[in-house]
Amino acid sequence: MVQAGHKRYKPWARTVRPMADSSTPPRLLPSGDSAVTVEFGRSIDETSNLRVLALDQALSQEPVEGIVETVPTYRSLLVHYDPLKIRFDALGEKLIGLATLPSPPAQQSRRWRIPVVYGGEHGIDLEDVARSLQTTPDEIVTRHLRGDYRVAMLGFTPGWSYLSGLDPRLEMPRRHEPRLLTPAGTISIGGVQAGIQCLPGPSGWHLLGRTAVRTYQLNRNPVFLLEPGDRVSFVAVDAQIFAEQERAAEQGEWIADLVPS
Amino acid sequence: MTRLVVTTVGPASSVQDGGRPGSQRYGLAPGGAMDPLGLAVANILLGNDPFAAAVEIGPLGAAFTACDGALRLALAGASRVADIAGRPAAFDSTMIVKEGETLTLGNTRDGCFSYLALEGGIRGTPMFGSLSVNARAGMGSPYPRPLQAGDELPAQTAAIGSENRIELPRRADAPIRVIMGPQNDEFSEDAIALFLSTPWAVSAVSDRMGYRLEGPPLVHRHGHNIVSDGTVNGSIQVPGNGQPIVLMPDRGTSGGYPKIATVISADLGRLAQTPPGQRVRFQAVNLTEAHAELRAFADLIRTLPDRLRPADGSGVNIEALQDANLAGIAVSAIDPGTWQNERGESS
Repeated sequence: MVQAGHKRYKPWARTVRPMADSSTPPRLLPSGDSAVTVEFGRSIDETSNLRVLALDQALSQEPVEGIVETVPTYRSLLVHYDPLKIRFDALGEKLIGLATLPSPPAQQSRRWRIPVVYGGEHGIDLEDVARSLQTTPDEIVTRHLRGDYRVAMLGFTPGWSYLSGLDPRLEMPRRHEPRLLTPAGTISIGGVQAGIQCLPGPSGWHLLGRTAVRTYQLNRNPVFLLEPGDRVSFVAVDAQIFAEQERAAEQGEWIADLVPS
Repeated sequence: MTRLVVTTVGPASSVQDGGRPGSQRYGLAPGGAMDPLGLAVANILLGNDPFAAAVEIGPLGAAFTACDGALRLALAGASRVADIAGRPAAFDSTMIVKEGETLTLGNTRDGCFSYLALEGGIRGTPMFGSLSVNARAGMGSPYPRPLQAGDELPAQTAAIGSENRIELPRRADAPIRVIMGPQNDEFSEDAIALFLSTPWAVSAVSDRMGYRLEGPPLVHRHGHNIVSDGTVNGSIQVPGNGQPIVLMPDRGTSGGYPKIATVISADLGRLAQTPPGQRVRFQAVNLTEAHAELRAFADLIRTLPDRLRPADGSGVNIEALQDANLAGIAVSAIDPGTWQNERGESS
């Protein structure tokens, strides 16, 4: 097993669909008596995440009686099940079978364009990040904007979207002292990851900007905008447009655009 | 409309039901009652669905008043001193609170959470199939936040009927059972032995998100960071300081600390009822044992209605005594303190 944190992402090439290596069966780790972690790897790597998303998709296409819900993460799929409806052994056999299919189903992916206002009061760490990486704030923004991202997982709090595909030149350790409160819509980077945070909350990541897009909003259809596996690109907007978009988002507009992939 | 008005309430009191699983893939915690058995008992007493919404009342005292009609209520879970307009009210029983009367509850005596169910359930608008309060997500109905004094819960007027009580098996005072993993291989055999032998103290900073435990630090083999993966109710994660945190229904749906073990479903409510300062021990069981316990727990919930008995009449007697008591002093048939004098003789 590869140790966590040492393997780096390569930025995605848009025209190439990487093939998930489906030869190795995943590890099945009971998470209590009503869930099982299907672990494809221990590090943040593209192959594991693709296999996670492929298994998740396979299970949504052919639902297994007794599975309650699935939670994709970077390197494992957490499968909640009802042990009164399906035995662990039978479930494990199904999961291994689906996870080791010779050709996992192709990812259906949507692409979102998400507007970001960078720097200043909206991205209070932009200057520090530029200093740490010995370049200019504009260069940091350019590198962040050029990234071709995929929603690897959502977690922690509603709508918090963890993106893979960060330019390796933007990789830097998280803050020593996490902030207790960071604003809604924060666009940030941490380690090899990029993030879109929806609700205000604590964060140890570096804040580059904000978006008016609410990945989670009650009384809007859909309540959750992004799905694991969705592709994401960012587009820069100025503070005035951000303010207008905030008002529109308040009224339930998506703000994010679906663009042809 | 008949309603239950919150007169006074402490922190950590909110409307909870069976929760809203199904959206953890979007970061939405399932929420729901900390002690599912307590919730189910309160509801079954009233003929409600076992996991209908009820008021989950935190450790401090609270008071509720019936407005514009009488209410039939039931109390279960952590016990406390309870009275209705001066008449003692029993746990694990239904009760009538007449219009204008107040049900007053003291602090918990054993445990953390009591459940106050309303006949016909709490009326509200489900979000993702649940009325449970998740303040961070802005979810919950009738209020998307913990309860405050002055809040009103719309309810049905008490139907004509008799009162019930329920006989429950005594809750075992045994170790909390766990299944090791999913990341127990991040810990040495010594650390695992320490985890299973330590009487852990429940920390005062525990809440609906997690119960923090205090004891000797558990040392990780490869550092305390793993790549974030999914959590469940009962995940026991060990952050850098080596002090375990048991994740509860309002947890983050993913976490980046190794999870040494997971509390079995049948025992999580018992852990939730362990007050700060009290100690808990863990005992490792295998999946077969955990599933047998889960089936037994499901059977207990399913057969709760078979355990209902007519209330023994003391409720009626208390009321009769109260009505007959011209001096207006509260008298209770089941609380000798109210009818014995200082020498222990009946007045």
